[in-house]
Amino acid sequence: MKDKMRLNAAGRLVPVEVNGEPAVPYQGVENYRKTGCKYAPPIPSCADYPADGNKQVSSLEEALVKAGLNDGMTISTHHHLRDGDFLANQVFDIAHKLGIKGLRWFPSASFPCNAHLIPYLEDGTIDSIEGSMNGPLGEFTSRGRMKKTAVLRSHGGRVQAIQDGEVKIDIAVIAAPAADQFGNANGLSGPSATGVLGYAEMDVQYAGKVIIVTDNLVPFPCLPMQIAGNFADYVVVVDQLGDAGKIVSGTTQITRSPDRLIIADLTARFCEVTGIIYDGCVIQAGAGGISLAIAEYMKQIMIRNHWKIRVGFGGTTKYMVDMLEQGVMEYILDGQVFDTASVRSLNENRNHQSFSVFNAYNYHSKGNLTSLIDVVTLGATEIDVHFNGNVVTHSDGMLLHGIGGWQNCLFAKNTIIALPLFRNRIPAIVDEVTTLCGPGELIDVVVTERGIAINPRRKDLLEKVKDSGLPVRHIEELREEAVSICGTPDKPEFTDKIVAVVKWVDGTVLDVVRQVLC
Amino acid sequence: MEAESGNRGPSVRSDCYVKIRSGISGGIQIELKSKTGKLFGRHVRELVTDMFSFFDVSHAEVYVEDSGALPYVIAARVEAALSRLTALPKPYLLQGKTCPQSSTARDRTRRSRLYLPGDNPKLMINAGLYGADGVILDLEDSVAPSGKHDARFLVRNALLYNNFMGAELMVRINQLPAGLDDLPYIVPGPLNMILIPKCESAGDVKAVDEIIQSLKGDPGRNIWLMPIIESARGVIHAYEIASASPNVVALTLGLEDYTADIGAERTTDGVESFYARSAVVNAARAAGVQPIDSVFSGFDDLELLGSVALKARAMGYEGMGCIHPLQVPVVNKSFNPSSGEIEKAMKIVAAFDEAEKSGIGVIAIGSKMIDAPIVKRARRTIDLAMHHKLLNADWRDHYEG
Repeated sequence: MKDKMRLNAAGRLVPVEVNGEPAVPYQGVENYRKTGCKYAPPIPSCADYPADGNKQVSSLEEALVKAGLNDGMTISTHHHLRDGDFLANQVFDIAHKLGIKGLRWFPSASFPCNAHLIPYLEDGTIDSIEGSMNGPLGEFTSRGRMKKTAVLRSHGGRVQAIQDGEVKIDIAVIAAPAADQFGNANGLSGPSATGVLGYAEMDVQYAGKVIIVTDNLVPFPCLPMQIAGNFADYVVVVDQLGDAGKIVSGTTQITRSPDRLIIADLTARFCEVTGIIYDGCVIQAGAGGISLAIAEYMKQIMIRNHWKIRVGFGGTTKYMVDMLEQGVMEYILDGQVFDTASVRSLNENRNHQSFSVFNAYNYHSKGNLTSLIDVVTLGATEIDVHFNGNVVTHSDGMLLHGIGGWQNCLFAKNTIIALPLFRNRIPAIVDEVTTLCGPGELIDVVVTERGIAINPRRKDLLEKVKDSGLPVRHIEELREEAVSICGTPDKPEFTDKIVAVVKWVDGTVLDVVRQVLC
Repeated sequence: MEAESGNRGPSVRSDCYVKIRSGISGGIQIELKSKTGKLFGRHVRELVTDMFSFFDVSHAEVYVEDSGALPYVIAARVEAALSRLTALPKPYLLQGKTCPQSSTARDRTRRSRLYLPGDNPKLMINAGLYGADGVILDLEDSVAPSGKHDARFLVRNALLYNNFMGAELMVRINQLPAGLDDLPYIVPGPLNMILIPKCESAGDVKAVDEIIQSLKGDPGRNIWLMPIIESARGVIHAYEIASASPNVVALTLGLEDYTADIGAERTTDGVESFYARSAVVNAARAAGVQPIDSVFSGFDDLELLGSVALKARAMGYEGMGCIHPLQVPVVNKSFNPSSGEIEKAMKIVAAFDEAEKSGIGVIAIGSKMIDAPIVKRARRTIDLAMHHKLLNADWRDHYEG
């Protein structure tokens, strides 16, 4: 691979070929234009499907066999079931039983529960994963134990890769909390309700075969049709899609960590002082500890000023639902549901609607909703003094997180990274990020418990915080403070082996992750 | 011989556990288990090696289990463990590491003081961020008996190397007589005040004060005292305690122990401690020191804390203890002068100055005579308001009455 490396526009050495396929080095935030047509799956015909519309087969194994499960195929699944997912693991249990080899798993994200798949990565049932990788799978990959190179994409980048034909899905297995025998499906009810199914919408349109799996078969019609049954090849009924308690939580809680609350308070005050939030603003809110607290502090600012949030994008939790129901927020556009209160609201409230990853995040489309958002607050494992961000590796080089929607959200009008200055002696503000996931030109502000750093590109914000009393500091000062407290960490050591590539939202290669030296 | 120090376990953060087995040969063998080993393993080994050389110990097996501890924490743990094996003639100091000293004064504002368990480094690291007027590194009730020895080293190093961002640095020593043995560890360091728990007599204060004077070195340096009244007997002796030494600057009370002592349950409205609280305010004022209230232990209910703090202020208290960082802003706000009070004070001070300028001896605002103590109190309110940035220093220039 060494002779096929190029320095990309971010100054990172990246391969021009990944897993035998050509790859384009990153060319700058918005410089690369892909030409050509979108990918299209084969044309089906109604004649080949049951006249009575009943596509139910007896088992997941039967469906997979009928779908032609074979060596080297690409199997997609979705992370709506989060850490409670039984289904993705079952698919590969079956593949393993059938002696299938060399599969590529293409999930929208993985969770610790998917550590179940490690033996299949070891025995060759699966030889690569392309998707956001968390915890044990990331560690497995970092140690150089996965056969092929992992490809890390954002949620939007995943949709782009499907649409552009960079990843051709052979079989999409869709966990449907409610479905009828024709394959119409949604996430709104049943024991495994996930609220939305936005991550699966692209897959059903582009996959060769689509299997709808449900633990809640309802008589036709299953409404609303978040997934239209016209895309479905087979419908399977199982006892349980997942562990309900781990799919959505009964309660989401705001952090009580005083340090995180300081970060959240500073972030909200910064947004008010700079006019980033105002009457009629559009904000994004996540379910992370700091995000919830930021949303709650912003709510207080809204109420104090008699303002309303026009739209809240989520990652929905009961805190957003409360705002909607108390009239502080007019609409929720929902990409992911985190608790039971949000599932209820999505069912009851016309002003609470789901959106798809295509609407919000796909860079190869005619605009993204994220660019309409006034402010997003995100986390990161590291931010460097040039405001570049890392979300996939820790400072010791270990791959432990997925990109999620992080890269896509950077296109909001104002992007704030909220993170502690250091975690357990490890500085989060560094000289240079271990892995580049987001170019600094898209990151406007970094908020830590020990001060706020504004990207020098944002002269407007720097001007607005003058005399605000907020602890605005140069990012170099924050880095120096972290080092003065923690010491200067040694650099991790890597082998030459590339274990993963990080794609930018346009499908180009932004950076690589190398095997850690143990 | 073997000795240990520190904490470990799945929920432990920013701390480390050290076990040392002394030997007669083989040099210093370090075994390190650390989540941050790739980034800081070398640093930890170098620090441990340097410490053993400093203490002139040539042979030992050292096991360090590090959960992201800062250097001063590791040093405290190693020194505490080693001190169990051999007498250490002088403390180990980290190179090139100092923190700005806190400013202190007899009548410094003491609205909030945040208790930090003396054996828990995680809670110390960011303690300066929460806005408390003072931080109390506690060697007493929040430290388990098994951690008492460790805590002395950790508190000493935290005073030296942790930046508490201008908060007044206080240490609560153990109940006497054990607390007297805490003093040699901490008094040489940059602390501002000692809290004397379960103080019952002027003799307790004098005993602490005498040892401090013998340890503190620089005769010009002030180490203040805040006795804590926690018993019926202490309440009876409150005035003599408060006036036992010129270094006493504040008097406070501990209501958990006090209510137990008088055989009552502690309630939110505090009817059982009303006498004690009144007596302490009165004794403190009589002795010319600040009366500071106890802590409010229900840290989940910040609203209730606010009303409790306002009542304390109405009784004459100037501050309160905090057992959780989230209590600090509530307590600070409650003990700040209100906007109405500031306005009234501005009016009084402006009228008084005006009258003085024009040579009028007696002034009135409306039908109310303004005399010297009223002006004094108004000036104090103005000073406080300016100190806490509730009022600009140049308010006079814009004041129109």
